[in-house]
Amino acid sequence: MPSRTMNPFTSNAAVASSFDATDEKRSLRRSSVSRPNNRFTSFFSTSPKTRDAAALQAAVIAQQHALLNSPSPQPFNSATLSLPTISLSTATGEKSKIEERTTTLFQPPSPAEVRRIAKAHAQFGPLGSKNYLYSSRFEGGEFPDPIEDEPPYYFLITTYISYLVLIIFGHVRDFFGKRFRQERYRHLQERDGYAPLNSDFDNFYVRRLKMRINDCFARPTTGVPGRFITLLDRKSDDHNLTFKLQGTTTETLNMSSYNYLGFAQSEGPCADAVEACVRKYGVSTASTRGDAGTSDLHVEVEDLIAKFVGKEASMVFSMGFVTNATAFPALVGKGCLIISDQLNHTSIRFGARLSGAMIEMFKHNDMKDLERLLREAIAQGQPRTHRPWKKILVAVEGLYSMEGTMCDLPGLVELKKKYKFNLFVDEAHSIGALGPQGRGVCDYFGIDPKEVDILMGTLTKSFGANGGYVAADKAIIQKLRATNAGTIFGESPTPPVLMQIASALKIITGDIAPGQGEERLQRLAFNSRYLRLGLKRLGFIVYGHDDSPIIPVMLYNPAKMPAFSHEMLRRKISVVVVGYPATPLVSSRARFCVSAAHTKDDLDRMLTACDHIGDILQLKFSSGIAGGQEPIPDGLTNKEELETRKAISQGEKVVATPPRWRLEDVLKRGVQDVKAPLR
Amino acid sequence: MDLQDAQNTFARWLDNAAKRFQKMPGSAIILRYIKSSYQNDPVRSAIELFLFLFAVRYLLAPKYSTQKQKHVALTEDEIDELVEDWTPEPLVAPETPFEALENEKRPVIVGPTGPRSKLSNGRTVMNLASYNFYNFVGNETLKEKAIATLRTYGVGPCGPPGFYGTQDVHMKTEADVASHLGADACIVYAQAFSTISSVIPAFSKRGDIIVADKAVNYAVRKGIQISRSTIRWYEHNDMQDLERVLERVTKEQARKPLTRRFIITEGLFENVGDMPNLPKLIELKLKYKFRLILDETWSYGILGRTGRGLTEHQNVDATAVDMIIGSLAGPLCAGGGFCAGSEEVVEHQRISAASYTFSAALPAMLATTASETINMLQEDSGMELISTLRENIKSMRAQLDPRSDWVRCTSSPENPIMLLVLKKEVIENKKLSVQDQESLLQDAVDEALANGVLITRLKSMPAPLGAGPRDQPWQPQPALKVCVTAGLSKRETEKAGVVIRHAITKVMTRRK
Repeated sequence: MPSRTMNPFTSNAAVASSFDATDEKRSLRRSSVSRPNNRFTSFFSTSPKTRDAAALQAAVIAQQHALLNSPSPQPFNSATLSLPTISLSTATGEKSKIEERTTTLFQPPSPAEVRRIAKAHAQFGPLGSKNYLYSSRFEGGEFPDPIEDEPPYYFLITTYISYLVLIIFGHVRDFFGKRFRQERYRHLQERDGYAPLNSDFDNFYVRRLKMRINDCFARPTTGVPGRFITLLDRKSDDHNLTFKLQGTTTETLNMSSYNYLGFAQSEGPCADAVEACVRKYGVSTASTRGDAGTSDLHVEVEDLIAKFVGKEASMVFSMGFVTNATAFPALVGKGCLIISDQLNHTSIRFGARLSGAMIEMFKHNDMKDLERLLREAIAQGQPRTHRPWKKILVAVEGLYSMEGTMCDLPGLVELKKKYKFNLFVDEAHSIGALGPQGRGVCDYFGIDPKEVDILMGTLTKSFGANGGYVAADKAIIQKLRATNAGTIFGESPTPPVLMQIASALKIITGDIAPGQGEERLQRLAFNSRYLRLGLKRLGFIVYGHDDSPIIPVMLYNPAKMPAFSHEMLRRKISVVVVGYPATPLVSSRARFCVSAAHTKDDLDRMLTACDHIGDILQLKFSSGIAGGQEPIPDGLTNKEELETRKAISQGEKVVATPPRWRLEDVLKRGVQDVKAPLR
Repeated sequence: MDLQDAQNTFARWLDNAAKRFQKMPGSAIILRYIKSSYQNDPVRSAIELFLFLFAVRYLLAPKYSTQKQKHVALTEDEIDELVEDWTPEPLVAPETPFEALENEKRPVIVGPTGPRSKLSNGRTVMNLASYNFYNFVGNETLKEKAIATLRTYGVGPCGPPGFYGTQDVHMKTEADVASHLGADACIVYAQAFSTISSVIPAFSKRGDIIVADKAVNYAVRKGIQISRSTIRWYEHNDMQDLERVLERVTKEQARKPLTRRFIITEGLFENVGDMPNLPKLIELKLKYKFRLILDETWSYGILGRTGRGLTEHQNVDATAVDMIIGSLAGPLCAGGGFCAGSEEVVEHQRISAASYTFSAALPAMLATTASETINMLQEDSGMELISTLRENIKSMRAQLDPRSDWVRCTSSPENPIMLLVLKKEVIENKKLSVQDQESLLQDAVDEALANGVLITRLKSMPAPLGAGPRDQPWQPQPALKVCVTAGLSKRETEKAGVVIRHAITKVMTRRK
């Protein structure tokens, strides 16, 4: 046994070898080891074993090129359906086919190849046109807060009434339930001397409100969460208390996964590298970083990340949550102050609480409030003793996952210079997703990463892997390596995950598959802006900054959450709906996460669905102050928007016409308008 | 004279006031009201007047904070000056020499982890520092399964379990663990280390009571800290002390409303290596109506005939323990952690355990690997592996525990993680501080590595930043950590044992 494992597997070569060779090798190996009843092999019974795959691939690439260069993009949906199935059986044997190839302009791919392409395209859609690319960066000047539109009072009032009704109904049901159906409430009551695990009061919201829409949450899936995601159909016979799987699946358009750059793929250079890595390294390193869980892969990935984010050194962890939860106690403690954005993620709060430092919160993205807090903190010192704070750590997120807003990094850096605090930026959502090179908020704002003390981020989202990293100066990282609980006790990231990170990073920087990374970044930027602009024009209230790939659409009334989710599911689109307690009580919302894997057609499909559902559910209630205005006549500058913004900041009432574009106009003008400042 | 003048003026003023009052609209009503109430009840009028004046005073009073803070009012200029003056400490303190040494000496394995691993300095050594007890890392079947999963699911699930991150493979892994343990249900977390830190605060809140073993690991401590519950410690594995504590808690709480109460202990202690007496724990928990949270991070996959952990080893029904927390990343060589218990316990965590709800789900290939290793352990070949491991532990122990003059092993005989601490008399004779022990043991690790055996030390968490000497938590005794593996033959294990023993002897004799 030992001798076998000591053989370092040579499959590094497999990545380099030509596509069809790897494929064939893989399928051979697979069939030799797998038992017939293995459930996973069934997925592969359709795997391609074509000998002329290379030739066909060339044809497909040629076809894609033709499409890319065509001035008027044709909808490229056909790839997911299947290419025209011209039967090959009419003709000939192998030889003549090859001869023919020189003269045939279009070689229809074999059914197996069609399936392979369809599978690949279900994970990552092909680019329809070069017009559908955009690179977004901060233009300079003051970073404006996004304008938050408000719905007519009617919707706010009905929202409150809805919650009131829900709560009253809940209590009435509880009142009778506790008397007539005691067995259902037993877990909330004292049982032979044990206090209930779950207090009646805490459980009320879950039991009486969330339970009603439970079928919109935690939908089980299978396969790759790429451009499409396959849901396992389930049904509940007891009002969402339990679910039964139906045994069928539904493929839906995936607007829910944090797959910003579309690296959730089971094919392609990343997956090939990961396969080779598993063959060489196995699945785990079976140790903590502190003991013997550091391999050459870890060192390589840490260097790559450090270089990518523009810091001297970095360290990786096997879970994003833990990265935050352990980073704070290693940085600050008693006598230190953490000033945290109001909407920071739970992991930051978790870590901050563990650290034992004082915690203050400032209003979301409000630099004035932060400055006020800083002045007070420095002037007053620690409570009671009035000793000066040892250090002050300001913690913000690069991109807020529920709001779609970015932190005001220029503002923060300016304050940092004056108030000498340390800055911690959590780039969980922004790394890879923002900036012309995908390097996060610093890249987007054109700010030197050295201005930020700690850059933390997760590898789950943009890179399609798992875990998190902390990047900082070398001295800081060296110290953290020795004092961070996640390094000392947490399991080390596994080799396949590391390889996924490494190859994704290399693709983004262009070291592997040059051009692909850039395309992904630009597609994401285009897609984000396109969908956002479209939704604004249709009349939805959309939160967040224009370049953010997270697009929350406001629903307000609680009953619209399940309705929206169900309507979307009926149209085979999976979306995330969130309500209280993840958001304020009134502002329930649906959240779309745009990906580079989406094509423009996907987004058009999404807009069409939103248009219909918006009419059914009365969701188009924007007033127009937040954008979506009638198009600016050609040749006019963006002055009007600036004026509007100015007027709002001065507290004036703005007369804005509510945008209610027709869907056709939205689709027609979207591509060209998306590249100008959105309005 | 003066008095009369004053009286007159007052009367005039009163007259004027009355006239003006009468001119006011609605004054008649007020007058009538006051009159009637005065006639009937003068006390009532007085009270009403008082209330009215109080309300006026209350409404006119400036806002003040309910937090009593001594707030020093400063002018803007003064604040600017203070801001200018303030010099924060550097974000992190400089490395201590010991930390620098540790960073420098941390082994980097080139290529796969295995019973023999190649280090970055080019040498191939016997690896007794990884938790690769059954050598699952090098198992080709597992690799093929992982690759098959990769080709179906990709790597990451790109989302938390609540938002389309729950994949069928996770559900299968949950079912596999539950059926292996014999528990009702199970929930899989994305990381083992953080599992218990989230499980504890999901159930135990402020005002609840936790009774925990003094030697529990860091993750448990952090979970307890986050939960803000009342915590009582009992001496490590001392069931009499536990009973004493339980009795006291029960007495203290007798008059108060019933709160949730938990006993928290480990299956195999990370810091000591031994195991608790589970039947006795169950007896006590039932007697005093506590719930038992058992951290089986290091015992699941190790103890028992088929690796079911402490419950199997000590013949206790897994359902008798309220929550069993385990690791899929340690002995099982996959990734993630789990918590098994009743349906109610598991479902509650899906919405309220922080590191489940707010973190991305486990990569699919790690979930399928875990399922596969669990199945392997239950097959005949797996049980063989377990007995091979036990044999190797015996051989290693024979080389170290009774034979070495310097160290003794605190781990249970079944524990493949052998923790070797310096004997009491050695410490006393040589007057070794904790620091001395740490550096001696580090020397022993280096010496063993020089002779081709990679072992490690039991790492303890440095004291929290800014903590005074009184806030020091319980610290484990410095120890060497030797992880026995079934991937090495008996002879190789013995050889490694000899190397380790000699390394310790060499280091200890070198020091006066």
